[in-house]
Amino acid sequence: MERYPVNKIIPFSSVDGPGNRTAVFLQGCNFDCRYCHNPETRKLCTDCGDCVPKCPAKALSIEDGKVVFDYRKCVACDTCIKTCTHDASPRIRWMTPEETFEEIKKQVPYIRGVTTSGGECTFYPDFLRELFTLCKNAGLGTLIDSNGSYDFSKDPGLLKVCDGVMLDVKSWTKEDHAKVVDFSNEMVLKNLKFLAERHKLYEVRTVVVPGLFDVEGTISRVSEYIKDFPEVRYKIITYRPMGVREKYAKEMNPPKKDYMNQLKIKAESIGVKTVVLV
Amino acid sequence: MRDISMDRVNSTRDQMLETVKSPTLTHEQKVATMANLADSLLEVLDLPEGLDELLNAPIDKQCICDLSEGHAPLRPRYIIPDYEKFLREGSSFLRLEPAHDLLEAMNNLLIIYKNVPSVTNFPVYVGALDKLLDPYMKDVDDETALKLTKMFLIHMDRTILDSFCHSNIGPEATRAGRIIMKAVAETCDTVPNVTMKYDPDITPDDFAIQGIETTLKSAKPSFANHKMFVNDLGEDYVIASCYNGLKYGGGSYTLVRLILGNIAKRAKNIEDFKKNVLPYVLDIQARYMDARVKFIVEESGFFENNFLAKEGLIHREKFTGMYGLVGLADAVNILMEKEGKKGVRFGHSKEADDLGVEIMDIINDFNNNHEAPYCEATGGHYLLHAQVGIASDIDVTPGTRIPIGEEPDEMIDHLRVLSRFHKYFPAGTGDIFPIDTTVHKNTDYLLDIIKGAFKDGLRYLSFYASDSDVIRITGYLVKKSEIEKLENGENVMQDTTALGMGAKHNGHILERKVR
Ligand code: SF4
Ligand code: SF4
Repeated sequence: MERYPVNKIIPFSSVDGPGNRTAVFLQGCNFDCRYCHNPETRKLCTDCGDCVPKCPAKALSIEDGKVVFDYRKCVACDTCIKTCTHDASPRIRWMTPEETFEEIKKQVPYIRGVTTSGGECTFYPDFLRELFTLCKNAGLGTLIDSNGSYDFSKDPGLLKVCDGVMLDVKSWTKEDHAKVVDFSNEMVLKNLKFLAERHKLYEVRTVVVPGLFDVEGTISRVSEYIKDFPEVRYKIITYRPMGVREKYAKEMNPPKKDYMNQLKIKAESIGVKTVVLV
Repeated sequence: MRDISMDRVNSTRDQMLETVKSPTLTHEQKVATMANLADSLLEVLDLPEGLDELLNAPIDKQCICDLSEGHAPLRPRYIIPDYEKFLREGSSFLRLEPAHDLLEAMNNLLIIYKNVPSVTNFPVYVGALDKLLDPYMKDVDDETALKLTKMFLIHMDRTILDSFCHSNIGPEATRAGRIIMKAVAETCDTVPNVTMKYDPDITPDDFAIQGIETTLKSAKPSFANHKMFVNDLGEDYVIASCYNGLKYGGGSYTLVRLILGNIAKRAKNIEDFKKNVLPYVLDIQARYMDARVKFIVEESGFFENNFLAKEGLIHREKFTGMYGLVGLADAVNILMEKEGKKGVRFGHSKEADDLGVEIMDIINDFNNNHEAPYCEATGGHYLLHAQVGIASDIDVTPGTRIPIGEEPDEMIDHLRVLSRFHKYFPAGTGDIFPIDTTVHKNTDYLLDIIKGAFKDGLRYLSFYASDSDVIRITGYLVKKSEIEKLENGENVMQDTTALGMGAKHNGHILERKVR
């Protein structure tokens, strides 16, 4: 049975979709968002070993040249991820979909569903398909939190067991998108349309960093598109420097509250039914 | 009546003089304290042998506590009048006609509340306010109904000077229920406490969500597992005082509690506790309660003379007694230490939790086999009650809770422990969670937790916003700003503020784990 790198499982989450959900975070991402607040989830560990001696709880060790993590000993002090210069974390549990599901089942009947996030969880579509099939059989909802780089149209099997996607639209124009994440957004916009039309789009999110990209243009274009899908929520997120890599944090400032409110009003006036500010 | 020593008389007289001179007690609080002190000189109950040593001991040794009910109880501890009948028929004693409209209904209720006795001298139950008021709101527009409801609630808060006072709403959604919650959220007072009876098959989600929004503003309502209470007590149950499940038109004669931690201290080991020490104390507490109940029913004359009984607003046959306990966690931890297992702690190890369940099974079996006098309403037995503690408790964990400061990191692990214990307590138990509302803006999140918890066998849950002024101490509500006043030596209106201050210092209430 294949194993996948699980960075973290949050048993009760109020911020990863409707109601109370268990959130499963997978390790690894292809985007490099300037404002990423958990950059340690971006890359897989290279087993360089730098963090191992720094762990105060002796939760890390090296066996056969590989870093081994004992999650029972970890005291979550974050020393290891602050040490790592590879945007990685040694706190990874390599888990099968079944093992992951066992961890999720502990929260039944207190949760209504599961959300997979990352990193970028669509790196592991086989994992998602198997995990979601188990969840569906247990009556749990299934949501994917994605940066939109995965071609969902080519994976009907995944869409069958997935209730919806929470899609990041980081900016509307290709040029801006490259500035934010070093990656083009053609696939993101293709997914926006594809998922919305199939009623598999739960939510679109945009993180607001004034000056980094054309914020108002992005909010307007997204709003114009999703206004025809009243079930799709638009979550407009305030950039916060916490956890962001220092070299980038220096260059960015959080938006003012008033500005966020104006953006909300703008999206609503274009016709988006539910706009959420966080 | 038995004689008492002159020493005891004199020490009581000293306490009375102190009470008279107290700078912080209000007039009403002084009068109540004086009455309790006078009552403490009486010796009329037929007390079981062995009680004295268990009851009248220093707080680190006391095994049985009667929660200052007095030596010669002159009324049942908790009284639950049939307010529907009262509104329908009026009262000849109070010289009140049946209520015909909302103003009369509210006025009549405010009058009767001042005539419902209890251990606190204030009513511990003020009715299913939504059901009582909904019919009278038919001809009243929303704005007027809200204004009147707010005045009604403020009147209660400023005249019922003790927050062990409870109203109920639900499980059905009503217009009155929604208006009451709106008024509760806008007034943010401590009296009356509110419980929403919740049943996912009856209560619509939006009504429950309004309840959650309201509790995050004003620390009430709490949520009661309606299916579970109906199953244990029948459709005619109410939630009164802290969170006590009792019969409508009845009440509880008495509440006495076991202090399990101190009982465990007397045992050599787990075996000795289960076989000898615990059964010995269980029996004495039960017989002490029997004596109290018999005095109230047979000698006090309450049920013959009080207008509530004479006018059929309460019925002796619907009363029961509450067999209380505190400190299950303390007992388990002490016993584990005696077995040399210091690290095996309640709430954190299956072995410890299993011992908790075994202890509860022993207590439950004992109670189910003890024939309690005048308790035909509840099958001839007392009802178990997980008592929330009192201000003077030191190192005593309420009911079957996990001690503050030792709550499991994950809320799910916390809930799973609680779910093993709520079933034992038809007369009330409950757990409290402060919520960080800057993180959890999603009210469906809490509704999912309530739904899951009630499926999982929890009975009663309370939430409040961690930054709220009104907070739930152990079962009752207090304003943090009022505690501060009292700490500065100013008078405060409600007597429960002093309990809250004690619980803040001795019970570390403000250090509860925020979820
Ligand atoms: S966070 Fe990292 S360094 Fe800290 S205890 Fe856990 S594994 Fe060790
Ligand atoms: S987590 Fe980072 S520092 Fe630690 S071994 Fe892996 S790559 Fe090296």
